[in-house]
Amino acid sequence: MKDRVVITGLGIVSPLGVGVDHNWNRIKSKKSGISKLGDEYDKIPSQIAGLVPRGTNAGEFNIDDFMSKSEQRRNGKFISYAVAAAAEANKMAKLGDIEDRTRIGVCVASGIGGLPEICETCNAFEKQKEEFGSRKISPFFIPSVLTNLAPGYVAIKFECKGPNYGASSACASASNAIADAAMLIKSGHADIMIAGGAEASICPLGVAGFAALRALSTNYNNNPEVASRPFDNDHDGFVIAEGAGILVLESLESAISRNAIIYGELASYGMTCDASHITTPSGEQSARAMSFAIKEAGLNPSDIGYVNAHATSTPVGDKCEIDAIKSVFGEHVYSDKFAVSSTKSYTGHLLGAAGGVEAIYTLMALRNQTLPPTINVNNPIPEIANINFVPEFQSHTFDYAISNSFGFGGTNTSLLFKKYD
Amino acid sequence: MNQSIKERVIKILKNFSKKEDVAFDDGTELKDLGLDSLDTVEMVMEVESEFSIQISDDAAAEFKTIGEIVNFITNAK
Repeated sequence: MKDRVVITGLGIVSPLGVGVDHNWNRIKSKKSGISKLGDEYDKIPSQIAGLVPRGTNAGEFNIDDFMSKSEQRRNGKFISYAVAAAAEANKMAKLGDIEDRTRIGVCVASGIGGLPEICETCNAFEKQKEEFGSRKISPFFIPSVLTNLAPGYVAIKFECKGPNYGASSACASASNAIADAAMLIKSGHADIMIAGGAEASICPLGVAGFAALRALSTNYNNNPEVASRPFDNDHDGFVIAEGAGILVLESLESAISRNAIIYGELASYGMTCDASHITTPSGEQSARAMSFAIKEAGLNPSDIGYVNAHATSTPVGDKCEIDAIKSVFGEHVYSDKFAVSSTKSYTGHLLGAAGGVEAIYTLMALRNQTLPPTINVNNPIPEIANINFVPEFQSHTFDYAISNSFGFGGTNTSLLFKKYD
Repeated sequence: MNQSIKERVIKILKNFSKKEDVAFDDGTELKDLGLDSLDTVEMVMEVESEFSIQISDDAAAEFKTIGEIVNFITNAK
């Protein structure tokens, strides 16, 4: 049973709010999480983002709930999101009751790390370096921006003494972390892994950088809620977002032995690389990532009932992914047993955290036998004609689902989840 | 002992302290506040900026109590 890896905890911090149930209710109500950015973005072509809602109401992020003032000072924002999402997953999985902490590890990845903290420190340093050199730089600067301090700090908070890292693969980071975690469990390095991704790179330089790549939506600055519109003819780029999505992965043996509630099973995964262009996807290898996972799980394409698409709302990417899906699933894509949707239509693109958040939405879909819609699709792109892109929240009978995550560098990761009964 | 300097130093230290129920006074030892080596570096930076003085790493390493910090500042000004 070490060969089978199940999910026993989930935790989310996203533009839809904090908490898995809160997120799922927002999805049911078809309400976008995208909002307008402040004045400091006025000269940047994209002025909208999926920001984590802050405050003290239910579903809002309040850092004081997760970290003391002293901890807040020494951690980057992406680390605080990782800790908050891990806290929910940790509680759901009741990991605190486990005595042997050496069998619990952490794979939490980030695509970029502490970009806002780098910018702030850099700006301050430029102003005073002639006079003070390094004397005014916080000793916490480096640890607050390192990508591996997300898993590092989660391990400190929840006392996890097993494997600890998060391999970075841009927008596929969280999905790779989840796959790595499963491999570590199967190979016996751990029984339980806290795994997923965290990202917080919304700052003027971060947004300007993606804008320079012509990757961001620019046509909806005054109408942010409709800006993220994967599979719609008027999609014009992705909307940058932040947050964290974290799962507790566990060997079936361990989960059963401690009577843990099982939310689903990670049946397999496929990982490939386009090896062609740093930002433009080729499609062929994203198809192979899905096919690999299906074959590895001993399934046929027709067994897959739902794909949570990577689809970020860029014209090139959305089309390329639908073509890849068609090449994998053939005529099955047109049957009523198949559906594909992009929850990025709600959240925008959480970059390195996207795969974690979307894995959770996929698991919620499997567990509840319902499908999260793609919102904002008024005129579907021709490629998706006659395919169910889930215009409305609907029920659906299915046992297997795939969550896709593709990243700059041509990296493609597909996670294949199974309903657990 | 300069009261206003002492009050300002205590205000900074209260932000860094990880212990509750600590009495902040001249004789309070920094180690009793639960500060680790990185906290101490940052606390010293705050003191430098609050009082517009420079504290060498060697001098900072000698600080054991709140009173010693206050005396250092008084002498430096």
